[in-house]
Parts: sequence; C-alpha cells; structure tokens
Amino acid sequence: MFKKKQYVVLGAVLVLTLIVLNLPGGLTARLKQALGGLYLPLFGAASATGQLGKNAAANLTPRNELVRQNEVFRRENAELRLRLLQAEAATRENARLHQLLGWQTRAPWKLKLANVVLREPANWWRTVQIDLGRRDGLRENLPVLTPDGLVGRIGAVSLTRAQVILLGDPACRAAALVQNPARDQGIINAGAAVLDPSLVNLGFLSRNAILAPGQNVVTSGQGGIFPAGIPLGTIVDFRAVEFGLYTEARVKLAANLSALEEVWVLFP
Amino acid sequence: MNPINTILILLAAFVAVFLQAACGTRGSLGAQIDLLPALVVYASLTGGLTTVALLAVGGGLAFDALSANPLGISMLPLFGIGFLIHRQREFILRDQLFAQFILGLAASAAAPLLTLLLLFTGGHAPFVGWGTLWQWLVMSLGGGLVTPVMFRLFAFIRGAFFYRPLTETSFRPDRQIRRGRF
Repeated sequence: MFKKKQYVVLGAVLVLTLIVLNLPGGLTARLKQALGGLYLPLFGAASATGQLGKNAAANLTPRNELVRQNEVFRRENAELRLRLLQAEAATRENARLHQLLGWQTRAPWKLKLANVVLREPANWWRTVQIDLGRRDGLRENLPVLTPDGLVGRIGAVSLTRAQVILLGDPACRAAALVQNPARDQGIINAGAAVLDPSLVNLGFLSRNAILAPGQNVVTSGQGGIFPAGIPLGTIVDFRAVEFGLYTEARVKLAANLSALEEVWVLFP
Repeated sequence: MNPINTILILLAAFVAVFLQAACGTRGSLGAQIDLLPALVVYASLTGGLTTVALLAVGGGLAFDALSANPLGISMLPLFGIGFLIHRQREFILRDQLFAQFILGLAASAAAPLLTLLLLFTGGHAPFVGWGTLWQWLVMSLGGGLVTPVMFRLFAFIRGAFFYRPLTETSFRPDRQIRRGRF
C-alpha cells in the first residue's frame, strides 16, 4: 500500500512536469509572471530595508565629509555643464550638416532609470530583474545600459518588472564594431569565462581583421536592436578560429555587470 | 502527519528562493548556492512524500519563475532527490551532523547536474564552461554546509511553535522492589 502511494506521487509529479514543460509559450510567460508576482511583497520589504540602510548610512556620514563631497559634485557639475554646451553645439552642427546632405537625422535617446531588484538564482544564465515593467512602457528587446556602456537587452516583461538579459548570456547577442582603421565588425555572442562576467567573446571577425589589445569596441547598429555607438568594451586578446577562417577576440566589458544597481533603459 | 510542518517547509522554500535571487553569493564565491536541495533533504527525512512532492513542485516553480530557466525544469530533479532519500530514510541516521552534511552535499551536487541534463535534453543552451566545475563544487559544499543549519533552524522553529512530546520515564510503580529492613 505504502509503495503504491509512493509510485502514485512519483507519477503525478512526472506528469505535472511534462504538462508544465509543454505549455504554450504565452501561457508559460503568464504563469511565470503570476508566480513572480507572489514575490511583490518581499520586493517591497527588501527595497524598504535597503532604503532604511541607506538613510542610516547617510545619517552617520560626518558633516565635513558631506560638504567635501558636495564641493566635488559642484565642480563636476560645472565641468559637465560646459561639456554639455559644447556637445549641444556639435549636435546642432551635426544636424545642420545632415540636413544639407539630405541624410536622415538620428532621434535623440529617451532614457528611463531602473533599479536592479533581483539577480539570476541559477548559475548558468546571466540575467537580472529591474523594477520597471509594461506599465512604464517597457517592451522586449529594448537596450539597457549604464553610463559606462551596454549592459544587455530587455527579455520578458511583466506589469511591474522586467528581465534584463545581460551581455555574455547566450540569448543576448550584439553586432559590434571595433574602432580601428579597418572598422572590423563582429558579433558579441557569449561569455568568454563562466567565472568572469566582464569577459565576452567577439566572434565572426574577418580573418584579416587588424586587431590590437586595448582597441575600443562599440555597437555597430546592424543587429536592429542596439543603436550604433554604444560602448561595449576593449579588446583583451584575439586568436584565429575555425581553421583560420575567422578571428575571435575576447572583450572586457566597459560596464561592471557583477555590481549593477541602477541601469538605464533606452527607448531608441 | 502535521500539516504545519509542510506549511513551514513550503514557506521556507518561498523565502529561500527570494534570498537566492536578492542577496546572492555569486559576487563573492563565483557561484550561487542553491538552498532548495538542502530543504528537500530536510523534508524527505522529516515529512511525508506528499510534503516532498509539494516542496519540489512549489519550490521548483518559484525558482524557475525568478530565473531564466524554462518553467518547471527544476521540479523533477528536486523530487527525484527527495524520493530517493525518502525511500532510504529508515537506514539514515538523520540526527547525525555528518549524515546531514553528506546528504546535503550529495543532493546539492545532483540537483544542478540533473537540471543541466534536462536543459540540454530540451534543446536549451545554458552558459557552461570549465568554470562551471568550480560553481558545482561551491554549490555542493555550500549545500552540504547549509543542510545541518536547516535542521537546526527547523528544530528551533518547531520548539517555538509546538509542544514538546512528554518523555516517558522508565519508572514503573508496579515493578518497584520494596525492600524490608533486611
């Protein structure tokens, strides 16, 4: 009797697993969102606790340290204002030249700040979750970046949260351009090391690519997801692959993916 | 069987998955320690098979919901481990620290391997490499160390919420030897 019950439970779990794994994609996504929604109170509690910690730390910071930091930020702000003026003048000039040549002008980027609320619990994927969702206008495949460079793209989106697939995950590929005289192009396709999330592989480079360590890599804008010119990182080393047909390089990402706290979602 | 124990285990699984996602060990150790196999060991040694099944289904679904895993992929490995331990529970010295550690180690080593096997069988392409061996080692050792902690934690909670069973004394008045003066 006891043995029979054991096998009934085993069979039930087996059947349930097969059913859940074979559910249609849309239903699975909705089910995932619903289950993830159960964690909303814990998100709130964690965020409130984090805020409390930050407030406590702010209260403990000595006044002279705050004054010093304020002075540093004031100076930095003034410098950035001057740079902005210069950039605005260059942008205006660029737009005028585009108009004269009849080229299509690029729309300015719209950015939304998001907080990273959860990290991937499984070791074999590279994703994080942010606190913006469908109600904030997010949709799949929007680029996500930090001031240092590209981070990844938006994956699944729920009403209040979204999954960001980070660079280095096999599901996040980016068309890249090496800023060298030959302007070699390739694809960032996967992480280069499991334990070092800052290294990714830049594949499908021409075998005649003129590469050197330290060259900057940016998005080429050819994949249709990421706009051109977003910094990706710098080349660390390179080697010939596929019997010398292609060159593959390792790129050190500009953005620190293991310490993400705030990211910007780009609406191109 | 006490349903409160099952509820406590399910609640612990819910919180464990959140903790794994909210404050991970990946930054410091290079791998995220999985708490669910340790919970499965505890559930299979102290609860019924239904509790193990509920934990595997609930915990697995919660884990997959917060992860990029396909939904439901973690359920079967967790239940498989729980099922095997539950079948052999009569032969396991569940109160021994060493037994708890070894069982946690074995369960935490088997769960990611089985999940990866299912992922590859399903045609998915998880990111694995030589570094995965280190992650597997950290997950196994971490799971082994967490399992006795889990037993102590639940013992504490049970002590706080339930009455302790009265221990019967070996004294029996009908067998008392009445001695005379000599």
